[in-house]
Amino acid sequence: MRQVLTGNEVAALGAKLARVNVIAAYPITPQTAVVEKLAEFVADGELDAEFMKVESEHSALSACIGASAVGARAFTATSSQGLMLMSEMLFIAAGLRLPIVVANANRALSAPLNIWCDQQDSFAVRDSGCVQIYCEDNQEVLDSIIQAYRVAEELLLPVMVCYDGFILSHTAEPIEVPEQAEVDKFLPPYEHPHPLDPEKPVTMGPMGVPEYYEEFRCMLQQAMCAAKEKLVGVDREFGKRFGRRYGLLEQYRSDDADVLLLTAGSLSSSAKELIDRYRKRGERVGLVKVRAYRPFPAEELVEALGHAKAVAVLEKDISLGWAGALFTDVSAAFVNVKKAPLMMDFICGLGGRDVSQLQIREALRAAARAAETGEVRRPVHWLGLREKIVGLGV
Amino acid sequence: MTAALPGIPEEELVAPGHRACAGCGCILAMRYVLKALGKNITVSMATGCMEVVTTPYPETSWRVPWIHSAFENAAATASGIAAGLKAMGREGVKSVAIAGDGGTADIGLQALSGMVERGDNVLFICYDNEAYQNTGIQRSGATPFGAWTTTTPIGKVKRGEDRPKKDIPAIIAAHGAPYVATASVAYPLDFIKKLQKAAAIEGPTYIHVHAPCTPGWRIENNKTIEVARLAVLTGAWVLYEIEDGKFKLTFKPPKRRPVADYLKLQGRFRHLTDEEIAEIQRMVDEQCKRVGIE
Repeated sequence: MRQVLTGNEVAALGAKLARVNVIAAYPITPQTAVVEKLAEFVADGELDAEFMKVESEHSALSACIGASAVGARAFTATSSQGLMLMSEMLFIAAGLRLPIVVANANRALSAPLNIWCDQQDSFAVRDSGCVQIYCEDNQEVLDSIIQAYRVAEELLLPVMVCYDGFILSHTAEPIEVPEQAEVDKFLPPYEHPHPLDPEKPVTMGPMGVPEYYEEFRCMLQQAMCAAKEKLVGVDREFGKRFGRRYGLLEQYRSDDADVLLLTAGSLSSSAKELIDRYRKRGERVGLVKVRAYRPFPAEELVEALGHAKAVAVLEKDISLGWAGALFTDVSAAFVNVKKAPLMMDFICGLGGRDVSQLQIREALRAAARAAETGEVRRPVHWLGLREKIVGLGV
Repeated sequence: MTAALPGIPEEELVAPGHRACAGCGCILAMRYVLKALGKNITVSMATGCMEVVTTPYPETSWRVPWIHSAFENAAATASGIAAGLKAMGREGVKSVAIAGDGGTADIGLQALSGMVERGDNVLFICYDNEAYQNTGIQRSGATPFGAWTTTTPIGKVKRGEDRPKKDIPAIIAAHGAPYVATASVAYPLDFIKKLQKAAAIEGPTYIHVHAPCTPGWRIENNKTIEVARLAVLTGAWVLYEIEDGKFKLTFKPPKRRPVADYLKLQGRFRHLTDEEIAEIQRMVDEQCKRVGIE
C-alpha cells in the first residue's frame, strides 16, 4: 500500500508495524510528531501498547530499559538536546544489552539554540555501543526501524535510526507501507533470554569490578562488530521479502571514479544529483554513502574508496578541536593500507544551513584538484561559511 | 533473630555475604523490605550503598529479579518495568524502586515526581541515611540541620549543615499519591505493615525509611537500632502514614525525650554547642507540634 508520509509519520508507523509493547517518549522539535502519532495510534486502539508520557528524555530511555528488561519490545524517539539528556542511558542500555530502538530526528546542538538539522547529536554518541543507521529518505526510515528490531533483538543491542530533522522528518514522500502480516513474518515476537522474572530471578546491571569490567566491554565490542554481518543478513532477508535493500554502504557510480564524495543521510540525494551532472560531462566522479556508522564499515569503506585518488567527506558534524567525525573515522580506516586516497573534510549544513549544489561542487572540485596535484594543503574546510564574520580570510 | 519477630517470614531474600558495613541500617531495611514483599516483585535500584554492596560481580545478594541502571532513574526504570509487565499481561508482580536519600531527594526527584504524577503502579522506597554515604559522607538534601559531613565541615565560620532536612514524604503526598509513609529500622513491625499495605495498592506509593549509617553518623556498630529508636523517641523522626490524603501517626512516643539524647550518641553532632542543641530542640518541638506529638 502506498501512502504519502513524513519522516516522523513513518518513524511512528515503523514502531507500530513492529508491534512495540511500550513507548516512552518526550516531545522535542523536530521529533514531536512521532510522539503525537504514536499517541493517536494507541488512543484509537490501532496499537496495543503502553504509552508512557514521561517527564524527560532521560526517563524515556530509563523506562524503555525497565520495559525491555522484563521482555517487552520498547521504543523511543528523540532529537538533539533530548538525545544528549538520554545519552547517559544510551551507554547503559548498550551495557545492559537491551534491544531498544531509538529513532532520532537529527538536529543541531545548543549553544546557540538551534532547532534545525545537522548530525552533531547522534555523532556525539557514536561511542555508546548503540548501533547507528543513517537514512537517506523516508522509505528507508520505515524499513530501517523494522530491520532495527531484528538486529537489536538477535544481538541484544540498542539500535538508533537517524533521519535528518525537517529535511526528512517534515517532508512527505510516497511510501510503500508493508502489510502487517508480512512484517509479522519478518519480525517474530521479542523474547529476552534472561528477563526480570520472579520465577527465575536474575541480577541485571551489577557492579562490574576491575577483574570483570574489561570483559563486559569487550563482549559489547564483539556484539557491535557482529552487528555488521547481522545488518547485512537482516537487510538481505528484508530485501527478499519486501524488495528493498540498503546495505552498510551505498556505492553510487563509484566503481571507476577518481574522485569520490563520502556522505551520510539526506545530503546524499543532493550530492548524487551533482554526480549525475558531472558524469554526463564524462568526469569520473562518484559517491559512497555510509548507512551504518556504528558498527563502522571500515573494511567495506577501504574497498569502496581505495581505488580513488581523492575523497571529499561531506558531513554535518564536527569534533571540535579536530575535524568531522566521519572524516577521522574513514581516515583511520586507511591507516595500515598501503595505497590510500587523499582525504579532505568539508563541514557543511550545520544548524540547518542549506547545502547547495554550488557548495557540493566546491568540495568535489577541491578533491579533484587534490587528485591532480597529489597533495592536500588543508584537510578541513567549511562550506558556505561567511568567512568575514569568523575572521577568516578567503 | 527473625524468629523473635512474629509474622515476619524467616526466609532471607537478601543473601548474606554482601559488603555492607557492620551495623548498617540500610541493609537491614533491605531485608525487611523483601521479607514484607516476598518473591513476586522486581527491584529497580538506584546507584548507591545498597547497589554497590550487594552486587559485586559475579556475586549478588538478590534472590528476586533486580536491575540497576543509573543513579537518578530508579523510579523511571521501575515505571518502565510496570508498563512492560502490564503490556505483557504479567499480573501479580509488583514493580518496586529503591533509592537512597540522594537518589530520592536530590538527583532522583524528577523521575520520582514523574512516576507519582503519572500514577504508575510502583512502590518507591527511600532508605534515608541522611547523606551521600557511598561516596564518603557528603551532604544531601536529606542531611539534617547541624550535621557534620565532609562537605559541611566544622570550620571557623561554618558549622555543619545549615539547612533543615528536605521533607520528601510531604512532597510526594502533595502529588496526591494514594499512600505515603515514614518508617524506621528500629520499628520493623510498623515498617513491614506499611510495606505490605503500600504493595497492595494499585498505583504509586512511597515509603521513606530512616536507617542509620554507622561510619557516616559516627556511631558505634552496635548502636544502630538504639540511635534509630532515639530518633523516634525524641521526635526527630516521626512515624506516620498518609492514606488517601489523611495523615495518621502510627507511633506516638509516650514521653518525648530531649533531642540531645539522640544527638549525643553520634559523632556527626559532636561539635554542637548547648545553644545549637537548643536550636535543634526548637525545630523538633515545632515539627512535633505540627503533627500532634506533645
